[in-house]
Amino acid sequence: MFRYALRRLLSTIPVLWIAVTVCFFILRLAPGGPFDGERPLPPEVKANLAAHYNLDKPLAEQYLIYVGDVLKGDLGPSFANQDFTVTQQIMSGFPYTLTIGGAAFVLATIIGVFIGCLGALYQNRSADYWLGGGLLIGLVMPSFLIAPILQLVFGNTLGWLPVGGWGNGSIRFLILPVVVLTLPHAARISRLMRGSMIEVMNQNFIRTAKAKGIGPRLTVMRHALKPAMMPVVSYLGPAASYLLTGSLVVESIFGLPGVGRYFVGAALNRDYGMVLGTVIFYMVLIVFLNLLVDITYAWLDPKVRMR
Amino acid sequence: MTHFTKKFIASAFIGTLLSVSAHAATLNIHNGGDPTSLDPQKISGDWENRIDGDIFEGLVTEDPKDNPIPGQAASWTISPDQKVYTFKLRDGIKWSDGQPVTAQDFVFAFQRLMDPKTAAQYAYLQYTILNAEKINKGEIKDLSQLGVKAIDDKTLEITLENPTPYFLNALMHYTAYPLPKHVVEAKGDDWVKIGNIVTNGPYKPTEWVPGSHVSNVKNDQYYDAKDVKIDNVNFYTLEDQAAALKRYRAGEFDILTSFPADQIEWIRKNLPDQAHVVPFLGTYYYVLNATKPPFNDKRVRQALSMAVNREVIGPKILGTGELPMYSWVPPGTANYGEPAYVSWKDEPYSQKVEEAKKLLKEAGFGPDHPLKAQLRYNTNDNHKRIAVAIAAMWKPLGVDIELYNTETKVHYDEMQRGQVEIGRAGWLADYNDPINFLNLLSTGVEMNYGRWSNPQYDALIKEGNEQTDLKKRAEAYKKAEQLALDDSAAIPIYYYVSQNIVAPKVQGFVDNIQDIHRTRWLSIKE
Repeated sequence: MFRYALRRLLSTIPVLWIAVTVCFFILRLAPGGPFDGERPLPPEVKANLAAHYNLDKPLAEQYLIYVGDVLKGDLGPSFANQDFTVTQQIMSGFPYTLTIGGAAFVLATIIGVFIGCLGALYQNRSADYWLGGGLLIGLVMPSFLIAPILQLVFGNTLGWLPVGGWGNGSIRFLILPVVVLTLPHAARISRLMRGSMIEVMNQNFIRTAKAKGIGPRLTVMRHALKPAMMPVVSYLGPAASYLLTGSLVVESIFGLPGVGRYFVGAALNRDYGMVLGTVIFYMVLIVFLNLLVDITYAWLDPKVRMR
Repeated sequence: MTHFTKKFIASAFIGTLLSVSAHAATLNIHNGGDPTSLDPQKISGDWENRIDGDIFEGLVTEDPKDNPIPGQAASWTISPDQKVYTFKLRDGIKWSDGQPVTAQDFVFAFQRLMDPKTAAQYAYLQYTILNAEKINKGEIKDLSQLGVKAIDDKTLEITLENPTPYFLNALMHYTAYPLPKHVVEAKGDDWVKIGNIVTNGPYKPTEWVPGSHVSNVKNDQYYDAKDVKIDNVNFYTLEDQAAALKRYRAGEFDILTSFPADQIEWIRKNLPDQAHVVPFLGTYYYVLNATKPPFNDKRVRQALSMAVNREVIGPKILGTGELPMYSWVPPGTANYGEPAYVSWKDEPYSQKVEEAKKLLKEAGFGPDHPLKAQLRYNTNDNHKRIAVAIAAMWKPLGVDIELYNTETKVHYDEMQRGQVEIGRAGWLADYNDPINFLNLLSTGVEMNYGRWSNPQYDALIKEGNEQTDLKKRAEAYKKAEQLALDDSAAIPIYYYVSQNIVAPKVQGFVDNIQDIHRTRWLSIKE
């Protein structure tokens, strides 16, 4: 397993390099530079800034400098937050994103699996309609719509929860953003789980288990849950990378200092270093999470281990 | 000491601490974007100015109405030719680490500002200082040639290139703040990080969480610390205006620095007397590319300008009541008096449209031969609404407008390269003086996006710049402004308004034309 994991990790290095290279050149080709804005700068000031950030050098030289710095573990400066390097900013935002995204991931998995199982076991009965249907609201209502509604109801009207901010990580401050992040994923997981569980429950080995007189709860827990989890596990990889790279909408509506806002903001600001830094961060995270999914897959399905 | 005594002393101590913290006044300000830096030579936005203006102080500072008052300088004298300013620093002024603020700190800061290696975006704002521009352009390498000299620890002499009546105003700008030479030299670029930074203003920063907030606490070393009422200030990063308004309503913010324009009616009804929407030194306008036909024809420019119904844009299209703009310099600008206005300002709108049709017909355009043009604006709901409305106002003239929006960086890049036929622009004043607006139409300057050029205008601006008599200076500028308006150099649309919402418990918030409200002048009534 260790060799497998190492081989998977090493094989991503060329992919990462290609992605960074393509991104580097596409960014430079985009119209508008990091120092263009409502205030046009005198040419000499622009030249000073370009020299300060090596932007006056030929593109190939800039690329070599950048790659050299990345290999040394330095993701370079950011134009938008000059008091912090790109690495410092990503590392500063990641704990916040990890807390909120991690909580949403765990909750979405637990709620989704539980409601999905209930839906399958009580198929087409009121529990299935009400719980599954209720959760679908989270899927059809986008977060930019549901977040302000929750703020208005639980913050402004009822006054039960803070409307935004981090509040030193106090649980009261985390509830609304975590709920907004959890809902769509819990809904998706529950649909996947329901379908998969229905399929598994109709298979021969379950019938055999039932014929042996094993109760329905034990049948599900001991025999059906593991194989029914397979499609859910496939979904958990991308879901985790989405949640752990931060949501621009949730972070901007709740004023949270996570890394999600860098993905769009940096590109709009032509903050070259930050865009490339987030690409690298995102890719490393995806590779790591996909690896975890594959390992979980192998654990769940002996056939995968055999291959 | 018995166990009981220890316990008693401990609880008394904790009790005292709690009571102190309970009385510590905290102000929570919604500040929009994340600051680029705390280094006053690396910033460029009003959201950064709010923070830096609280933690640093220049020779001259702002009173609650944004008038210049002595800051780190106790007094100053101006030479008869108005080119040499001699400042006497206050006694006992200190950095937050207890080190004295000296004239050398100012010399160091101005030299660093102009040093091309610093790459300060706003260095050009202090180009009025002798040799500043040449040093910043790299034409003079010796930084000591800059016209800023320390006569002794308490005396600073600044020599200007030309007499500059707004110089004291420009000294309020963050580019003129001193820097702690001893810290910058010891820590290099890291001097500005929390833990290293020392400041000379009423506050000092203690925490910065990117994307969340910057926290400042009262600086006990500040010369006027006894009159500073608020102990802690938190500047929150939050660009979503609707979310910011919700947090204000929940009491999480005490001051909102912007709000969604479509909420103004609700705010006026539900938060009475809390909205501060007042004229602001900023202009919203359209440029017309005067180097390309048909916009090189004055009749076309004037027709398009006349057909813009400015009276409906502020109240109806934006909803916040921005004032219609018929001049180029906003009313209320210092050193100027009443601005010049377009000659057709007070005509009824229907008459303006008729005249506009006539002018366009003379220029060869009309419903049979429509004027086709592209109107570009940067992505923003308000810009879009205004562009749609103005395109509709031009339609009856036989003008066929294609709307085209791009992100801000691309928009201004293309505007500067002259690739725009009609383009949206705006200007917020850096300092309170008419030249800050009039320069936008001078030949060859970067922000003259329409490339309108008139030698007579340039000559009048030059004449004004060389005047030491403020009245004669204003006269020359006003002639230039009238000339630009008569020639329809651009299409003025509205004067900006500042949009603050201030909680009733915040005292001392005074509306002013530059929207500068230093925390030093505020207090909280519990």
